[in-house]
Amino acid sequence: MSAAMHVHAAATAAASASSNPYNLKPGEHSTGTTIMAVPFEGGVVMGADSRTSTGTYIAVRVADKITQVHDRIWICRSGSAADTQALTDYIKHYLGQLAVETGRAPTVKVAANLMRKLIYENKDNLMAGVIVGGWDPVDGGSVYNIPLGGTVMKMPFSIGGSGSTYIYGLVDNKFREGMTKDEAKAMVEKCISHAMARDGSSGGIIRTVVITEDGCDKQFIPGDKLPYGP
Amino acid sequence: MSAPISLAPGGSASRVSAKSGLEAATERTRQPIVTGTSVLGIKYKDGVMLAADTLCSYGSMAKYKDARRLAKVNDATLLGAGGEYSDFQSITDLLRRNALEDKCTADSLYEEDVNEECAKEVWNYLRAVMYNRRNKMNPLWNDLVVAGFSQPAFGEASEENKPFLGLVDKIGTTYEDDVIATGFGSYLAIPILREKHRPDLEEGEARALLEDCMRVLFYRDCRALNRIQIAKVTKEDGVLISDPYEIETSWDSASFVEPKGQLEGDGGW
Repeated sequence: MSAAMHVHAAATAAASASSNPYNLKPGEHSTGTTIMAVPFEGGVVMGADSRTSTGTYIAVRVADKITQVHDRIWICRSGSAADTQALTDYIKHYLGQLAVETGRAPTVKVAANLMRKLIYENKDNLMAGVIVGGWDPVDGGSVYNIPLGGTVMKMPFSIGGSGSTYIYGLVDNKFREGMTKDEAKAMVEKCISHAMARDGSSGGIIRTVVITEDGCDKQFIPGDKLPYGP
Repeated sequence: MSAPISLAPGGSASRVSAKSGLEAATERTRQPIVTGTSVLGIKYKDGVMLAADTLCSYGSMAKYKDARRLAKVNDATLLGAGGEYSDFQSITDLLRRNALEDKCTADSLYEEDVNEECAKEVWNYLRAVMYNRRNKMNPLWNDLVVAGFSQPAFGEASEENKPFLGLVDKIGTTYEDDVIATGFGSYLAIPILREKHRPDLEEGEARALLEDCMRVLFYRDCRALNRIQIAKVTKEDGVLISDPYEIETSWDSASFVEPKGQLEGDGGW
């Protein structure tokens, strides 16, 4: 009994140390990250940095943190890389099944709520903060933010990950309702650059995905051509 | 073979754990992550009114400024919550699922013939839910305010549904009163509500009283916002929840601008 208490206390102490805010196990990868999604008229722009760190070592410098789970639904991942990869695998599987059963593409709302159920019901064992975004014929472009506890919130735009704390002021200043696709993409690229410039756990290249009714357009900005910084 | 992560309530914790007793307990009681602050409620002439702001905080950060913390459960019941927002979403899902199941398994599809769960029954049900989770050392981390009408108890003479206002907290404590407040509101708003409350308050007066209390909470609670929602339950209109709106605040008192006496600054050092 006392051994278990000791382990628990040590784990909490480790979690509170600033070098291990996600309480990662030794060797576990974190997507200490900046992720962002902005809807526009007719679709969504999703963006992320590309740094995956283990402690202070950059394990992967060109990671892909925006994962496709259906034709027009993508998920930005932050937190434990292992947890979020496993979660998106499950979502991809379930959404594929749902599409076959119903005969039509699932809505972004359904994908977001499914992700919420998985994170909420397993909240003690997961460290995952995600942004679900996409286009569907019912709601058009929409963005849902799902933080650590499993709350699901539909948002006019969303930022997440450790780097997002540095750009709350910037996005509050820059965001307007009713932006065009190009304005939204420019905002995503600029804001993520600023976060990468100040957050040690974010960096590398900026990957973006523009999702519309007609298709998904994946692009990246190399680390030496960022709008700001590094 | 059970999956490592699971859709079932309790997730992978619903499997039998290798640990048992106290060791398992230390794994499960957790901290709230996304939280709402105070919820206020008063009974007035036509029914019951609740107020809450639209902020959900992520620790000290004001992260979600348009969160809806007042929810309709059925035509006679309104639920407000402070504490962990994901647990509130789970509770609202549960109650709505129950209401739908009641509706589908009722003897009749006609509304007049069916006895919908009243607010007092919802309050009692939530007491059982919250206390049960508390016994498993895995609480739903919320303070819930249940508002609506209660049907006459068996043997009671009255035919009328009475206004009902009650609270259920995260460990299953329950009480009902004419005025209810959670969180900071229980310290700052309750004295004001008790002073000004009368059972025959008009709707406008009740609303003004709640707005005054929300203003005080915005002045003195770090985790509050000046954007609020008001909701009411009445016999004629059922449950109505307002859209969020901003309340006015005042910062131009003469002593804020220029302190009196010989003090420099605000009197602090």
